[in-house]
Amino acid sequence: MTRRHIALLATALSFAIWTSCAKKESGLAAGPEFQKEFQTALITAKPGAVIELPEGQLEVDRPLSLTVDNVTIRGKGIDKTVLKFKNQKEGAAGMLVTSNGFTIEDLAFEDTKGDALKINGAKDVTIRRVRTEWTGGPSDKNGSYGIYPVQCTNVLIEESVAIGAADAGIYVGQSSNIIVRKSRAEKNVAGIEIENSKFADVYENKSTGNTGGILVFNLPDLPVKGGGHTRVFNNEVYANNTPNFGAKGSMVAKVPTGTGVIVLATNHVEVFKNTIKDNNTSNVSVISYFTTGNPMNDATYDPFPEAIYVHDNTISGGGTDPAGAYAEQLAPKIGKPMPAIMFDGIVNPKKLTAAKRLPDDLRICIQNNGDASFMNYDAGGNFKHLSKDLGAYNCSLAPLEAVNLPAPPPTAGGPGGGN
Amino acid sequence: MTLLLLLCAGCGSRGVRAHVEEPFPAKLSQWRLFTGEPATLTPNAGVVPYDLNTPLFSDYATKYRFVWMPAGTSATYNGDDAFDFPVGTIFSKTFAFRDADRGGKQRIIETRLLVHAKSGWVGVPYVWNAAQTEATLEVDADPVKVNWVHPSGTRYTIDYMIPNTNQCKGCHDKSKVMVPLGPKARNLNKDYSYADGRANQLAYWTKVGYLKGAPPPQDAPRLAAWDDPASSTLDARARAYLEMNCGHCHNPQGPANTTGLYLTAAQADPMRLGLCKVPVSAGQGSGDLLFDVVQGKPEESILVHRMESTTPKIMMPELGRTMVHREGVELIRQWIASMQGGCAPAKQAGSM
Repeated sequence: MTRRHIALLATALSFAIWTSCAKKESGLAAGPEFQKEFQTALITAKPGAVIELPEGQLEVDRPLSLTVDNVTIRGKGIDKTVLKFKNQKEGAAGMLVTSNGFTIEDLAFEDTKGDALKINGAKDVTIRRVRTEWTGGPSDKNGSYGIYPVQCTNVLIEESVAIGAADAGIYVGQSSNIIVRKSRAEKNVAGIEIENSKFADVYENKSTGNTGGILVFNLPDLPVKGGGHTRVFNNEVYANNTPNFGAKGSMVAKVPTGTGVIVLATNHVEVFKNTIKDNNTSNVSVISYFTTGNPMNDATYDPFPEAIYVHDNTISGGGTDPAGAYAEQLAPKIGKPMPAIMFDGIVNPKKLTAAKRLPDDLRICIQNNGDASFMNYDAGGNFKHLSKDLGAYNCSLAPLEAVNLPAPPPTAGGPGGGN
Repeated sequence: MTLLLLLCAGCGSRGVRAHVEEPFPAKLSQWRLFTGEPATLTPNAGVVPYDLNTPLFSDYATKYRFVWMPAGTSATYNGDDAFDFPVGTIFSKTFAFRDADRGGKQRIIETRLLVHAKSGWVGVPYVWNAAQTEATLEVDADPVKVNWVHPSGTRYTIDYMIPNTNQCKGCHDKSKVMVPLGPKARNLNKDYSYADGRANQLAYWTKVGYLKGAPPPQDAPRLAAWDDPASSTLDARARAYLEMNCGHCHNPQGPANTTGLYLTAAQADPMRLGLCKVPVSAGQGSGDLLFDVVQGKPEESILVHRMESTTPKIMMPELGRTMVHREGVELIRQWIASMQGGCAPAKQAGSM
């Protein structure tokens, strides 16, 4: 070989070594082997691993799963790394995670057959810049939940997007210590839902084009009960008028189309400084479990919402096309638009003081919401004693404490990492 | 050299090789669970075959189960739960079909090992080659197209799904710890035809030193055989079937405990069994039906709807089958049809 050949060969070799090293450091590659390599990486990961996903439209047809603690999954961007599940042939979720210390960021799940991202029984969960979407728009064939932590502790969901879920887009169930912030929920039945959970802060989110914008529910018969202490603030909850496409008989199917923020049976809920508008049944609704019409067989369950503080919200528009059994019965009596803030009027008779009201710390308090109209529609008395008088609700409650999460693990810069 | 082999007659060179930590062998044969022609599944010394009163349905596959424990060790009896098995215990379950392309000759698809490693129970799946000479460890095996023929002559083609090692944990999970599911007293308490005669399994395991502390079989709990109407009541058989096909997830410590639907045979609360229970997170899986179980009305029961489905996200169990178990569905239909009473009607959608 001549010197020139050797030099060329050396250059070629070092280039080959450099590119193959670069490929290793950037993680998995797009291509027909992606799914198997990704699942194998999830199975063989050691605690602390960071699994980097490539940019691309990445086809997946079996459910992905993770059982190793302290693993981070990182894509190249919420619209750049797209896991596509249209041909999914097995499994009830796109990805199921049951391990602690889980972080996932900068990627999307599209068109999973069932739920998109389910995290079950985990501690310390961080979901950041993740999109779950059913790309065909609202349909009862879509999966139920988009971002779905259940029975988790210390959950942070931020800067994420949920579109098209047939139950709830961002759903946190039976969990504690939760923050959902700076996220967007559109075209789901329920945009954002906190169910049977304790200590949740839901703030700076945008929830629009759903059937119901933000749901705070406490339901019977679930292993984890007694949900409460939820703050809903600084959100934009508007024009949630998409017809309900939830599975018949499910709880979410009962949410009337055109619901802004709804509190069902949960205690200690503070709804404040939100912009809630143009929701065509009610902008804010507070109800007991009786109003769902479901039988109640759970002796340990408290069906009454107590210590609900709705204040300093900017509320306007809506109420022009009421849906749901109660609203449909009320509209002929009271005309349209429906009042902006609706309360079913059902309180726990065992807790009333001699003055026939709830004790101060358990009251429903509604203050400083501009000229937003109100109605107690006496659902328990068959609408006999309708009242628009806010007098009995002109009170305040101690502000709820902020949720504190342990510091989430630092990321190496934004999308693409800082390697 | 020969002297060493003689001294080591009962151990080492020909007996089962235990592996209690990673990496696990790449080939099934390295465990030496079987002797002779691999596909005959002839158990090696100390490898004991066993059977269950009611098994999990796996697309009508024939399942061959074996257990092995290290010499001098034994399991400690437990009346309610899986026995306390020693480190080194190997459970193997081999799945086979009658191959439609080879005149019904048996074709082995996979062997799953459940190994009591130093770190706890671990699932190790092996996939058999077409030549039936060897099986190779695959953490994430591809589906296998199986053309199989039923004894009645009917042919089926399925995309048989082999679970990846995470999916093992998806069912073998008690409070997030991996556990055996089958070998419980109530499921083992039956007779088996061993090479040296027929005997009760609890008694036999005790006799060969694999089990300590077991009561006489007649005093031990016994799960009904789901498919033997002569042996038990309809209710007992249905409950056995639900426990073994659903109860591994649907129990208070299982992966489906978030649903509040608990289907173990001992569950006494009718609501936990699904009677007039409103589904929690079934979504489209509810088939627009209102309750998990409606007394007297299997066609209105979500349980039956999901057992009859093969669509991901609707079907139950979520994993482990691609076909409908017609006989199992029929049993549960009969069970529900025989129930008295009914559910108070829930109001329909839009009642808020």
